[in-house]
Amino acid sequence: MIDERRRGRSPVPAPVLVLAALATAFFALPLAGLLWRAPWSKAWQYLTSDDALTALRLSLVCSLWATAISFVLGVPLAWVLARVDFPGRSAVRALCTLSMVIPPVVGGVALFFALGRRGIVGQYLDQWFGIRLPFTTAGVVVAQTFVAMPFLIITVEAALRQMDQRVEDAARTLGASSWYTFRRVTLPAIRPALMAGGVLAWARALGEFGATITFAGNFPGTTQTLPLAVYLGLETNPEEAIVLSLVLIAISFAVLVGLRDRWFGQGNRTELLT
Amino acid sequence: MSLEASIGMQVGTLDLRAELTVADGELLALLGPNGAGKSTALRALAGLRPIHEGHIRVDGTALDDPAANTFVPPEQRPIGVVFQDYLLFDHMTVLENVAFGLRARNTPKADARRRAHEWLERVGLASMARDRPRALSGGQAQRVALARALATDPRVLLLDEPLAALDAGTRAAVRRDLRQHLGSFAGMRLLVTHDPIDAYALADRVAVLEGGRIVQSGTLAEVTAHPRSRYVADLVGVNLVSGSVEGGVLHTERGAAVVIADAPNGLSFAVLRPHSLTLTREAPAGASSRNVWDGTITDIDRLGERARVGIEGLLPLTAEITLAALDALALRPGDEVYVAAKATDIEVYPA
Repeated sequence: MIDERRRGRSPVPAPVLVLAALATAFFALPLAGLLWRAPWSKAWQYLTSDDALTALRLSLVCSLWATAISFVLGVPLAWVLARVDFPGRSAVRALCTLSMVIPPVVGGVALFFALGRRGIVGQYLDQWFGIRLPFTTAGVVVAQTFVAMPFLIITVEAALRQMDQRVEDAARTLGASSWYTFRRVTLPAIRPALMAGGVLAWARALGEFGATITFAGNFPGTTQTLPLAVYLGLETNPEEAIVLSLVLIAISFAVLVGLRDRWFGQGNRTELLT
Repeated sequence: MSLEASIGMQVGTLDLRAELTVADGELLALLGPNGAGKSTALRALAGLRPIHEGHIRVDGTALDDPAANTFVPPEQRPIGVVFQDYLLFDHMTVLENVAFGLRARNTPKADARRRAHEWLERVGLASMARDRPRALSGGQAQRVALARALATDPRVLLLDEPLAALDAGTRAAVRRDLRQHLGSFAGMRLLVTHDPIDAYALADRVAVLEGGRIVQSGTLAEVTAHPRSRYVADLVGVNLVSGSVEGGVLHTERGAAVVIADAPNGLSFAVLRPHSLTLTREAPAGASSRNVWDGTITDIDRLGERARVGIEGLLPLTAEITLAALDALALRPGDEVYVAAKATDIEVYPA
C-alpha cells in the first residue's frame, strides 16, 4: 500500500474491487463451464470431422466475404456520415446501424421480405436475373453483412470525425484531387480504425446466427455455418457443440486481445507522449 | 503580376472585409490578434473556403469571384501553403511528403522523387529523406513543409503562423533559417502572424488586420510610428486615444477632453507615451501641465526599474513611472490618482 501511495496512485476502494471481481467472474464462469465439460480426449476427432470442417470452412469463407463487402460499402457510407452535412443524417445513421441492436432473427425476417423470392426486390432479382438469395451461401453472406457492417461503419465514422481534417486541406493545396486525397491521405490516416472496424465486423459475421438461420436456413455445406452447427449439435451431439463453441470463443478472444494491443493505436499514443 | 484580393465573408461572428495586394517578389505580413480573421483570409486565398463577396486574382486570373460564379478549387490554384502545425503526412517518409504534390499532379514517380530530393537538399534535410515526420524537430518539420509547398512551383506562397508551433528557444534560429529560404522564392508571399517580431524579421510590408478589417498597412516602421488601432498601440506600448479635434482640444467618445499643442480640426488619433505621464495623489495646482485627468488604478506591473500603472477612468491610460516614484506615492490597485500630461508631449495625427 505504501508503495502505491509513493507512486502517487490512490488506493482502489474495496467495494469497487469486490464488484469488479464479481463482474469478471460473471464473464469467466460460462467459459469455465465450457472448458470443464469439454471432451478433451475426443476434441481433435470432433474438430476434424467432415461436418465440423465443412461448417468451419463455410464460416470463414462467408465471414470474409461479408467483411469485404462491408469495406466496399461501409467505408464510403462512413465518410458520407462523417463529412457530408445533409438533412436527415442522424436518421440515416440510425437506419444503417439499426441491425446492431435489433434481434438478428428480426433482421433475418426483414431480409426475407426484402430479398426473398416474393420480396420487394427479391422478386425482380429472381425474374430478371434468376438470382435467389434465401437458403443459399450468398444469402448467408447477405445476412452476415447486414449485421456486421454497422460495426465497421461506426468505427470508421468516429475515426473520420476525430482525424485532423486540416491534413486533407494540406493535400488539396498541394494539388491533390479530393479522390486522390481520400485514397492517399484520409484512408492511411485512419488505418488503425479500418483494421479495428474490419476485425470487429469480421468477428460479428463469424458469430452470426439469428439472421442467417432465418434468411438462409440450416443446410450443411451451403448455409450451415459454425454457430448453426453448434445449435444443431446441442440436440444431436452436445460434446461436439462444446468443442465447436470453444473454437468460436478462441477465435473471438484472440481477435479482441490482438485488437487492444495492436490496432487501437495505443502504441502510437504513447509514442506521441514521449 | 500580383495577388489581388478583396475578401468579403461572414464566418460565425466574424465579418471579414479585407483588401490585400501582394506584388511579385514581395512578402506581405498579415499581422493581427487572434480571432481577427487572419487564418480565415488565408483559407479563402488557398481556396479552402469560398468568399461571399469580392474577388481573388493571381496574375490577373480570377480564382474566386462569386459575382461571376467563378471558383477554382484549391488543387488547381497556383498557391502553396505552409500550415501552422505543418500538417506533414505521418504515414509517409519525408521524401514522400515533399514528392506528394508532384505525384498528385501525375509526375512520374522517379521524376517526382528526384525533384523532391533536390528540394530536401536545398533545405538541408537530404539526410532525413527516409525518416518519418515524427522523427523531425519543429524547425526541421517546418523546412519539410516549406519544401513540400514549393516543390509544386506555386506562384504564391502562404504561411500560416509558421513559427507559432516552436518553443521560444528555437524560434529565433528557425526564423533566421526561414528568412533565408523565403528569400530564395521569387513569387508572392503572404505571412500570417500575430507576432510583430516575425513581421519585422521576414516581411517587406505589413497589413494589420483587426476585427475583420485592415486597419493599417505599410512598412512596419510606418505602422508603429503612427498606430491607428488599439492592437498596434498595445504592440508599441503607447496609449492611443481617438476623438474629434476642435480648437486645440480632442474630445473622446466617452467625453474626456485632451488639450493638444496644435492640430487641424477633425477626427484624429492622439498618442500619449506612458513615460510622459505623471501621477499624483492630490489634484496638482498651478502645474504647467495642461491636462489633468482622475482615475482609479486597476493594475501595477513591475518591469525592472520601472512600473506600468493601468488607470481606469473617463480616459483609460497606462502610465510608466519609476519604482522610486511608485514607492514614494505608495500606490496600490484601487487608489484614486490624478494623471497629468503636457500638451507638447502628445502626438496628434488625422484619423
